[in-house]
Amino acid sequence: MAKPKLGVFKFASCDGCQLSLLDCEDELLAVADAVHIAFFPEASREYIEGPYDLTLVEGSITTPHDLEAIKKIRADSKFLVTIGACATAGGIQALRNWKDVTEFTSYVYAHPEYISTLETSTPVSDHIPVDFELRGCPINKWQLVELVNALLHARKPNIPTYSVCVECKRRGTSCVMVAQGIPCLGPVTQAGCDAICPAYDRGCYGCFGPMESPNVTALAEWWRSVGVDDRTLVNALRGFNAYAEPFREASDVYAQQA
Amino acid sequence: MSTPSKPETRTISVDYLARVEGEGSLKARVRDGKVEITEFGIFEPPRFYEAFLRGRRFGDAPDITARICGICPIAYQMSSVHAMEDILGVRMDGALRELRRLIYCGEWIESHVLHAFMLHLPDFLGYQSAIHMAADHRDAVEKALRLKKIGNDIVALLGGREIHPVNVKVGGWYKVPTKKQLEEMVPNLEWALDAATWAVEFTAGLPFPEVEQDYEYVSVCHPDEYPYNEGRLVSNKGIDVPASEWNQVFEEVHVARSNALQSKVRDRGSYHVGPLARYSLNFEKLSPRVQRLAAAVGLGPTCFNPFKSIVVRCLETVHAVEEALRLIDTYERPTRPDVPLVVKAGEGHGATEAPRGMLYHRYRLDDEGYILDAQIAPPTAQSQMSIEDDLRVVLEASLDLPDDDLQWRLEQTVRNYDPCISCATHFLKVEIDRG
Repeated sequence: MAKPKLGVFKFASCDGCQLSLLDCEDELLAVADAVHIAFFPEASREYIEGPYDLTLVEGSITTPHDLEAIKKIRADSKFLVTIGACATAGGIQALRNWKDVTEFTSYVYAHPEYISTLETSTPVSDHIPVDFELRGCPINKWQLVELVNALLHARKPNIPTYSVCVECKRRGTSCVMVAQGIPCLGPVTQAGCDAICPAYDRGCYGCFGPMESPNVTALAEWWRSVGVDDRTLVNALRGFNAYAEPFREASDVYAQQA
Repeated sequence: MSTPSKPETRTISVDYLARVEGEGSLKARVRDGKVEITEFGIFEPPRFYEAFLRGRRFGDAPDITARICGICPIAYQMSSVHAMEDILGVRMDGALRELRRLIYCGEWIESHVLHAFMLHLPDFLGYQSAIHMAADHRDAVEKALRLKKIGNDIVALLGGREIHPVNVKVGGWYKVPTKKQLEEMVPNLEWALDAATWAVEFTAGLPFPEVEQDYEYVSVCHPDEYPYNEGRLVSNKGIDVPASEWNQVFEEVHVARSNALQSKVRDRGSYHVGPLARYSLNFEKLSPRVQRLAAAVGLGPTCFNPFKSIVVRCLETVHAVEEALRLIDTYERPTRPDVPLVVKAGEGHGATEAPRGMLYHRYRLDDEGYILDAQIAPPTAQSQMSIEDDLRVVLEASLDLPDDDLQWRLEQTVRNYDPCISCATHFLKVEIDRG
């Protein structure tokens, strides 16, 4: 049987999520034995045309060119997975969605007329059907390996949608918010990172985006009770997954009160 | 009898510049054997970091700017925290400073080995990728992967994870490691010292095109140390200023059809940052072992051949491994992980050495510590004019090559710089008009 063909594509992003594949130092050659890396420009000059059995898409949609390119990639893909906060939520660059992009362009560039950009940075799923999303800023490389493995064996990937709190308990980390009064987004953030931040004595800052059915309002009241002002609260919700709906809506509410 | 070739336009098109992060294009015109670069463009979509940093608090800068580049997040964290600490009037000393040096060693090892072996070496040996190369050179690829992993292990231990670590903060760290945790890395680092030495010997034996360029090299320079986090901005053509004078010495220009700003020395032109610049300006601060190793493989105290950057990356990897071992040996866990901060308004600057070259940040804060103004000059944007100079020279010397080989040689020329194209916003589409 022919090996499944893998394509890796990128839009607006830092390259960190696709780098996670190269960071699988002990597994990379085994993965390369199991799948045919047909298109992965960060790692290879080779360009083999689609269709691809598995397509990984990193990055958010921010230019008129991207809008067309992503449709073609979808047409060339059997199973399309978006990887990382940019592709699944618009990324940190979605902060423009609350601002005037014309002002942004003239702030950064001497010749705004050379720049072609959309007013918003949006997740890939706003534009095409997506078969699976891997969260994280960056993704967890073990979740990526699990995803590829699941696909090779035609089973559902085991990617939990519960909160970071579950991982803290499992790791044996005392709750930083309860024990130390450190504001933490863990209760509303999807697991997947292995609860790194609390283990390093800081609050979670939400890189894996909203968990399934988060109660953001309840958490926001907790933050207020440990002395966080609304401006800080809004900035915290408007992080790497700012434009994910539960974070976006709550941030809009508190922005009006701030 | 040969006939003069008919005037023709020869178009060599590369839809992606592989093995760099991002997208660029090159158009060149050839007349009488002379090459004029008419376009060297960057297509990476703009993300507007400097614009959306305004209104964020100073403490957000290391977490947010790390996301400019997935390969060198530590560099962004380091330049941003130093710029903020410059405003707040605090300095890192003792173990807190040493730990920052240690995490930077980890990033240099990880990033240099990734670039040298996974992204650059395939060009020299004629493979499409390291994975293709592994079919014939499995041992070398496996050794390099293990070495790279040891760099990542340092970053992950100190930072929490390899990509976008979470533990660096303005004023120090959230949590500092125990001596025992660091010592557990020693056996691997001792192996890494041998492996990195092998990497220098291996890469020094590659065939190098004979190209020497009269670069203006710029790096951070420190009186006693090979540069990571601290020092003045120095060049081989007379620059010697503190980081706060970056804008007096350099300027950012925005060229047509590009989403990246490129930097130049005011009233002078291109300059070159990265391993070759650091090496040539700071050779005597490399460890005696690295200096001996350089001499043994035939490299002098300066190097102006851009293709040999692969050897210098490996030499710097040896240095970073030795430095990591020294830092672990002398480490004493500090009593607290950070220094207290008093928020105030002001402007501050930070210039540190990312694996691919000097990275400059400048911020202005209001009296509550919110960012009013931000400026970030990534290394690839600083070297971009120098890359263009190299492309011109290499193209002129390589016009006899068939299209496919020529395209590959030009890609390799760009890859000499380990360009982090997303950080400078950036893929290579080559079009050559031969008249």
